[in-house]
Amino acid sequence: MSETEKRKQYKLNVGKIEEGFVIDHIHPGRAMKIYNDLGLDKLDCSVAIITNAFSMKMGKKDMIKVEMPLREYDLDTIAFLDHRATVDIIKDGEIIERPHLELPKTITNVIKCHNPRCITSIEQELDHVFYLTDPERGTYRCKYCETEWVNQNTRK
Amino acid sequence: MVRSILSPLDFSVEELDQLMDLADDIIRDPAKYAHTCDGRILATLFYEPSTRTRLSFEAAMLRLGGKCLGFHSADSSSATKGETVADTIRVASCFADIAAMRHPKEGAPLVAASKSTIPVINAGDGGHQHPTQTFTDLLTIRSLKGHLDNLTIGMCGDLKFGRTVHSLIRALVRYANVKFVFISPKELKLPSYIRDDLLIQNNIAFREVTKLEDVLPSLDILYMTRVQKERFFNEEDYVRLKDFYILDKKKMNLASPDMLVLHPLPRVNEISTEIDDDPRAVYFKQVKYGMYVRMALILTLLNIKPE
Repeated sequence: MSETEKRKQYKLNVGKIEEGFVIDHIHPGRAMKIYNDLGLDKLDCSVAIITNAFSMKMGKKDMIKVEMPLREYDLDTIAFLDHRATVDIIKDGEIIERPHLELPKTITNVIKCHNPRCITSIEQELDHVFYLTDPERGTYRCKYCETEWVNQNTRK
Repeated sequence: MVRSILSPLDFSVEELDQLMDLADDIIRDPAKYAHTCDGRILATLFYEPSTRTRLSFEAAMLRLGGKCLGFHSADSSSATKGETVADTIRVASCFADIAAMRHPKEGAPLVAASKSTIPVINAGDGGHQHPTQTFTDLLTIRSLKGHLDNLTIGMCGDLKFGRTVHSLIRALVRYANVKFVFISPKELKLPSYIRDDLLIQNNIAFREVTKLEDVLPSLDILYMTRVQKERFFNEEDYVRLKDFYILDKKKMNLASPDMLVLHPLPRVNEISTEIDDDPRAVYFKQVKYGMYVRMALILTLLNIKPE
């Protein structure tokens, strides 16, 4: 089967969105995690999740289309969960911007510190803040106890 | 702006030199500093028991003419009522001019410092940081050796969990031509974030061995540590490793006549009492240096200079 035929066969008919954003080139199987961590389940707008779509570049990929303007802090969360994904910002049905994603220097309340000796384990109102300490390995450290957290989502 | 000390690396090498110069001057002329903190109060907020560190802080403040207040266990503080560290420090800030905090939870002093209007000194937070112990170790070495560079430093015992060892390594790598020899059983070797991320990445010379006798003659400093029972989940492992190294007269005969033995204390069996009178055993002198360096730290953070 030729590439064109393959694309035709796997093409999904999800309508164009007028205003919102598309997260594309998500590592296959990771879309639901991004959906949950961005809190998209709590929104009252159209959200399309496409998993295992055909990709020339990746073989398979996931995609999420959201009919709502992108909140700035969402970019950090997306980058942290899959920094090789791409984001297209759509207005009037057209792509107006494709912001560059890179591992955020600080990540707040996305992951939790699991060190039982960390102050966050007993003081519930504290934010769980992690700093990026090694961008190559995707290593983050807890702001309070410096416990290491290796980002398994980092893809070479 | 209020400055707190949470990690030994909060001071640059130059600032550390100034701190130790001040400690030296206090040792030379304590009378000059006896009233520098008249009317000032140190709050010792100790959420877990500690003998040496708390007494050292209190002695330091008293010798500067100041006074101390505080609590010595979480049971005697509002923590039992559910008060947060942030609220406790806000309250303590109303009563005291400076605070020393020990807490079993790592990062608690950082939380306190972020809400405090007075300087906060981390007096030990779990297995994380204990900066005044590191300052104590550095002042002891500098005072007795005369320098912190060009030294071969042996560290022996629990190198895996020992926070004093990790902090001291981080502080010492900033000095020129410092070599390390790490002596430990394989179960208690240095963690990779010190070995790989700090030493190898910065091209610091080091060796890892298991037998103390083999390396003793080459050392300028031997830093002994206790194998801490509370760090083990398995009693069997603790029993097997706790007496792995015992420094005694026989071993001391192998060491150079100038080698110094340091220990953060308390010791259990790792240093035999038979070497306590050896002039190279300086771990009780080290305690005294600890008080002097805390005096210097209190003065520095309160920005007080003798008249």
